[in-house]
Amino acid sequence: MISTGIDIGSRTIKIVSIDSSDRKMVASRRVETTFNPLGQATKLLDGIEGDRLIATGYGRRLAQENFGGHSITEIQAHALGARHVFSECQAILDIGGQDTKAISLDLRGKAQKFEMNDRCAAGTGKFLEFMATSFQVPIEEFGSFALAGVEGLKINSMCTVFAEAEATSLMARGSRPQDIAFALHLSVVKRSISMLRRVTTTGPIVFSGGVALNPCIVELVRREMADEVLIPEDPEMIGALGAALYGLTHTS
Amino acid sequence: MTATYEQMWKDLGLDLVAHDMLMQVLGQGYQDVFLTQESRPQGMDYFNFVMSEVHGLRIKELLDGKKEGKKVIGSFCVFVPEEIVRASDATLVGLCTGADFATEEVEKVLPRNTCSLIKSAFGFKLGKVCPYIESADMIVGENTCDGKKKSYEVFGQLVPNLYVMDLPQMKSPEGKALLKAEYYRFKDRVEQLTGNRIDVARLKNGIEIVNNKRRAVHRLSQLRKADPAPISGLDALLINQVFFYDDPIRFTESVNKICDEIEERTKTNSGVAAKGAPRILLSGCPMAVPNWKLPWIVETSGAVIVGEESCVGERGVRNLTADTGSTLDELMNAIVDRYFQVDCAIFTPNPDRLQHVKDMATAYNANGVIHYGLQFCQPYQMEAMPVEQALEAASIPTLRIDTDYSMEDVEQLKTRVEAFIERLR
Repeated sequence: MISTGIDIGSRTIKIVSIDSSDRKMVASRRVETTFNPLGQATKLLDGIEGDRLIATGYGRRLAQENFGGHSITEIQAHALGARHVFSECQAILDIGGQDTKAISLDLRGKAQKFEMNDRCAAGTGKFLEFMATSFQVPIEEFGSFALAGVEGLKINSMCTVFAEAEATSLMARGSRPQDIAFALHLSVVKRSISMLRRVTTTGPIVFSGGVALNPCIVELVRREMADEVLIPEDPEMIGALGAALYGLTHTS
Repeated sequence: MTATYEQMWKDLGLDLVAHDMLMQVLGQGYQDVFLTQESRPQGMDYFNFVMSEVHGLRIKELLDGKKEGKKVIGSFCVFVPEEIVRASDATLVGLCTGADFATEEVEKVLPRNTCSLIKSAFGFKLGKVCPYIESADMIVGENTCDGKKKSYEVFGQLVPNLYVMDLPQMKSPEGKALLKAEYYRFKDRVEQLTGNRIDVARLKNGIEIVNNKRRAVHRLSQLRKADPAPISGLDALLINQVFFYDDPIRFTESVNKICDEIEERTKTNSGVAAKGAPRILLSGCPMAVPNWKLPWIVETSGAVIVGEESCVGERGVRNLTADTGSTLDELMNAIVDRYFQVDCAIFTPNPDRLQHVKDMATAYNANGVIHYGLQFCQPYQMEAMPVEQALEAASIPTLRIDTDYSMEDVEQLKTRVEAFIERLR
């Protein structure tokens, strides 16, 4: 049997297919969500063979309505995916396009306590993307750009609009853009870690989501966390992987 | 139907256009949230009717009563003793505080970071859409939280008839003495307003009417312990909300009637959710009409709500008032004793509430507790953290939600609530 997980996020849509016989990944794809998530998802699923589809992410119901199958929350999907990749994982920090999640796991690997950011996208991938744009640096390079900065400046606000105003006034005072970028990254990390500390005190911690591809964030998360931080090879795919794994054990 | 009441609303000074808009939203919301539920008890027909007439027939009744000299007293809080109001042959009504309205107008007189409940009260007044406020001969403000206490200073300029009741903050002998003094002062004021002297017989009668109303709700609560749940949390919440509006004697009869029906249901093991469906206890801030957002999300996500640890719920109705006194002072003491037990988060410290949440979780066989805090409600938001810690330590899964009356966070709330329910399965 082939089980496919589809994770419709705000920024990208991911799918992972798993063969039940050996639990090996047989497909892994990714596409931008754009303004047409349904069309993009349809394209992404084209040619995927499978008996079971499990949707997750903010577009989970859209997928379920259009492709059938079952849906689970991102929280459960990340718990399953992270434990599969790193069996020693005790907690998860997931920073995606529009939300940040901190999840603690129980002994069986089930999601226990969790925290999510509220209605606004402060401190998420969107925040970094917005800031990268205002620095005129491509988002893929924003982390390395920030790593060239020196620590010392402080950004206090997590609201995208206010933080930009803070960054602008720092620039006007002649601070180096790299130093400001570093400060912005540090503020994201501090906020995420305080969220994580509210749900757990023990590691190891799996850091997943698209923002785990940013080298400055990764370095700062490692520096700020006392516990071991594990980063999957493909941190963006953990939700889709978890959904596919759910399909292996649950009939829809 | 609307046309029948148009003149009445006009006479009350309502803004008919805005009011029509509100009624449409309310009607649609009720349709979507309540009437789409499956296997509702027949007895809910009465409450559907009450809701459809909440600004119509009920207001007409109050106004007809006023013509015969029956006064209407509006309140925002369960600390206003209904026994005293009934004893003077007046009617106590809860005032509208469950939806955002005229927010821009409100934010001209209140800071933005004021809780939705307070803003709502102001919005209904400033937007001229609440016939209860406009029908009231006296409105009672009570010094509970800082937000309410200070906002009444402003509210007093918007209405001609605000009466402010002071309340204790500690469960000490001095606190109790203050409550007693305030209830006596309130009794005098109510007597003055109605022209009716409250004597032993009248007060006993008031106590009996209000106790009966509470007993009926207690009976309903007991029945909700059954699995499968025989009535949805939404419908039970609605009954608790109607508690504040309806004629008390008719309300009591209607609740008892629906309880008879539910009793039959539990005998045949039929209910509104599957047997074994995750059972949730809601705890925290009160939910006034039409604040149904969170329970609606919970119950459309596969769980069922089995109790409300809330002022619109068990905190508001938990205790009865002893009716054994034979003098006015003995009866007044009984009223003070009864209300002094209310474990509102404005009290410090407030250990009874934590115990009640735990007891309720056990009594109603809840699998988990969702703590509902209104944004900017300091007392309940501050208690939320110790409540969550204590419940988790007692192996009762707990989800802490902070929200307001807007719908913009519905998707995020759904994700959290669904994930919490996944944890309970």
